[in-house]
Amino acid sequence: MECARLPAADLDEESAAWLRRLGTAGRVREMAERELHARLVRIALAEVRRRAPATPVAGPELDDVAHQAAGDAMLAILAKLADFRGESRFITWAYRFVILEVSAKLGRHYWRNPPAVLDAGQWERLPDRFGIDPARHAESADLLAEVRRVVDEELTAHQRRVFTAIVVDGIPLDALAVRLGLRRNALYKVIFDARRKIRRALVANGYLEEPGLEQR
Amino acid sequence: MSDLERLERFLRTDPRDAGCDEAMAVLHIYVDLTLAGGDAAGRYPGVAAHLLACGPCAEDFTGLLAAAAGE
Repeated sequence: MECARLPAADLDEESAAWLRRLGTAGRVREMAERELHARLVRIALAEVRRRAPATPVAGPELDDVAHQAAGDAMLAILAKLADFRGESRFITWAYRFVILEVSAKLGRHYWRNPPAVLDAGQWERLPDRFGIDPARHAESADLLAEVRRVVDEELTAHQRRVFTAIVVDGIPLDALAVRLGLRRNALYKVIFDARRKIRRALVANGYLEEPGLEQR
Repeated sequence: MSDLERLERFLRTDPRDAGCDEAMAVLHIYVDLTLAGGDAAGRYPGVAAHLLACGPCAEDFTGLLAAAAGE
């Protein structure tokens, strides 16, 4: 394993100590790895519990996700120790790995007991997705019908499938990314382009005011 | 906020939006800057725009902020 290249003098004391201990050999490094792993487990458990209301994963499976995330994050941290450039505290850099692992694993576990299925097309739930007051659903009907028309007629097939899954059916983006074998960033770009296309159509047809920030 | 405003806000896209990969690559720096009271959004406007629009990345930011704040 390579040791981080940043001079210890440029680091805060705690970060420098972590690098020194993890970059050495024998008992010191073993103790440092054990301590770091314990911290990653603690953070992962807290994170899965924080996210519990928004995921169908529950109970012991949630704890399993946390322990797996901590283990995988630990391996990634040790493998990428040389990439740490001291732009943040070491511990924040390390925790980023475990938070992202928790995200990715909850996305994968979503499909074991999914509350929504792919391609369901639950358009009747769209007002709720946008947080529209049930008493005002009728007033919004024309606008939402136009959104659906644009989705049906102006989006590409891929944009339509992704928009419907995420926005209409409420499938988490990370879970959909797993199902479609795509990266989060790729799906976000699809949704970004779909939002822009829908907005332009709504503006062109007089449903919304002229574009604001959306210029490119 | 009216229903129209809520929908408009959802559909609005920000050309500064850095995307998920770029935001996640500097998330640890963004979080430490935020915790230190620095101008994280000013230094990384593309990340700030992205975190306002991307639910999953915003969740990661919230989680890392909470984790790092406890240290």
